[in-house]
Amino acid sequence: MPALSVLPSVEARSDRGLAVPKAQAKSLSFFYGDFRALKDINLVVHEQRVTALIGPSGCGKSTFLRCFNRMHDLYPGNRYQGEIRLYPDDTNLLAPGVDPIEVRMRLSMVFQKPNPFPKSIFENVAYGLRVRGERSRRALAERVETALRDAALWDEVKDRLNDLAFNLSGGQQQRLCIARALATDPEILLFDEPTSALDPIATASIEELITDLKKRITILIVTHNMQQAARVSDYTAYMYLGELIEFGRTDELFIKPKNRQTEDYITGRFG
Amino acid sequence: MAYAKGIEQVRVLIAQHKRWDRIFGVCGLLALMVGVLTFAALFVDMAIDGIPRLSVDFFFNFPSRRPAQAGILSAWVGSCLVMLVTAFFAVPLGVAAGLYLEEYAPRNWITDLIEINITNLAGVPSIVYGLLALGLFVYQFGLGQSILAAGLTLALLILPIVIVATRESIRAIPQGIREGAYALGGTQWQVCRDHIIPYSSAGILTGIIIGMARAIGETAPLITIGALTFIAFLPGAPLKAEPPFVSLDWVMSPFTAMPIQMFNWTSRPEAAFHQNAAAAGFVLVLMTLAMNGLAIWLRYRLRKNIKW
Repeated sequence: MPALSVLPSVEARSDRGLAVPKAQAKSLSFFYGDFRALKDINLVVHEQRVTALIGPSGCGKSTFLRCFNRMHDLYPGNRYQGEIRLYPDDTNLLAPGVDPIEVRMRLSMVFQKPNPFPKSIFENVAYGLRVRGERSRRALAERVETALRDAALWDEVKDRLNDLAFNLSGGQQQRLCIARALATDPEILLFDEPTSALDPIATASIEELITDLKKRITILIVTHNMQQAARVSDYTAYMYLGELIEFGRTDELFIKPKNRQTEDYITGRFG
Repeated sequence: MAYAKGIEQVRVLIAQHKRWDRIFGVCGLLALMVGVLTFAALFVDMAIDGIPRLSVDFFFNFPSRRPAQAGILSAWVGSCLVMLVTAFFAVPLGVAAGLYLEEYAPRNWITDLIEINITNLAGVPSIVYGLLALGLFVYQFGLGQSILAAGLTLALLILPIVIVATRESIRAIPQGIREGAYALGGTQWQVCRDHIIPYSSAGILTGIIIGMARAIGETAPLITIGALTFIAFLPGAPLKAEPPFVSLDWVMSPFTAMPIQMFNWTSRPEAAFHQNAAAAGFVLVLMTLAMNGLAIWLRYRLRKNIKW
């Protein structure tokens, strides 16, 4: 860190409660065929913060999340309009010239339903590294251990890394998927309703994990559960019918929403 | 009570409705028995006729003019070799085609057309494959009446079965697994190699073996391409003492096969040959059952680790 730098480091700014943009959606629209599922969304994702996307079913929050790692490219007839800028290199993730595989190498995703591969616990976590060409057994073992520790799963599985991932409980499977996503050191971690298939205890452990992880990673999370958004996130976006209705600091949005629709939703009058 | 009926009336109603449960149960069982009993009757009849003829000599003798000395050596060796060639061509072609259609092919009218054609291909009578093979493999490619020509013909015949089995077991993989693999940055081929193929291998193998079990009993296409019915020698050995040690001469050898040997024996007037045919039929059915058993066992073994 050069002493003459005018800008404080990321850490210093975080300490003061300032946040740096890590990604930014700029007039983003998305089309499933002719259907416009997202309408002109502008939103900033801050570095080392948790940004939550809330809204009633079908509001487009998952669709929006899946734009970030170009998941929609897997299916025909989908089209993006607008940009998602990833900083600090200011790459437009949606640009036609940008390979979706490159985007997915930079951003990891955790899905709604735990989706471990029918392989061993070790191989599940190691897979992202294998895709990136890592062959050294020692390097793999080290990264797998670190990722499992970061996902608060290591102590539970360290003696049975060669067991099938399917033998884990639902909550453990989801933490395994988080470890798998962390192993490749992603710039942003995308969560798509990660606890909707889990019981309350497993949900609490995942939420705790998210709070822990944001110290060093940027998180974007879709949740159908407003309390969860209030508990884990620093910023919240309320979406409705493909539009971003309100976006702001979580404490402000939940206590004093500026928009009437947001207020109706978070007070439970609607949704 | 709902609809203002007394509990007695409701019970009568339920009893009436349940009668249909029993009626269908009996009908279904009868329908099932028609198939099972027919097979059992055929099999037992053949076993009673054939088993007395079974001996070590029967398996290791060449066909002969004297029924008591005739055996199925050239037939079962021929069948096995033809199956080997069939598998060698049908498996890679069928799996690659199925994988391509499920994972790579764009969804458009060309793909739809190909899909319809594959379904149609499965319904083409086997004799038509025989005619095609006679023109194409035997004469056009100059393969003659060889094991290779027969293997290619049967490979063509079971290709649709392998393709359909491949596609179905690939389709059974949940989309979430695919998305998980792609989300980690996998390319299409990495996802196919590391996930799609291993997870669908149980179903694919089952399909292959069921296809092979069908092929081993096929007679018409082999007769059409001119399999000989009287072969008193074995194809050249695949391994040799002198370099290059491996020999592919056997693929160009003339051959006979189990169903053809059977066909030959049944068309003779002497009753003793009919007994031989029954014995050969018994062996052939056992071979088919063994293959199906293998398919079931493999599916069980490979699917043990996969739960969806």
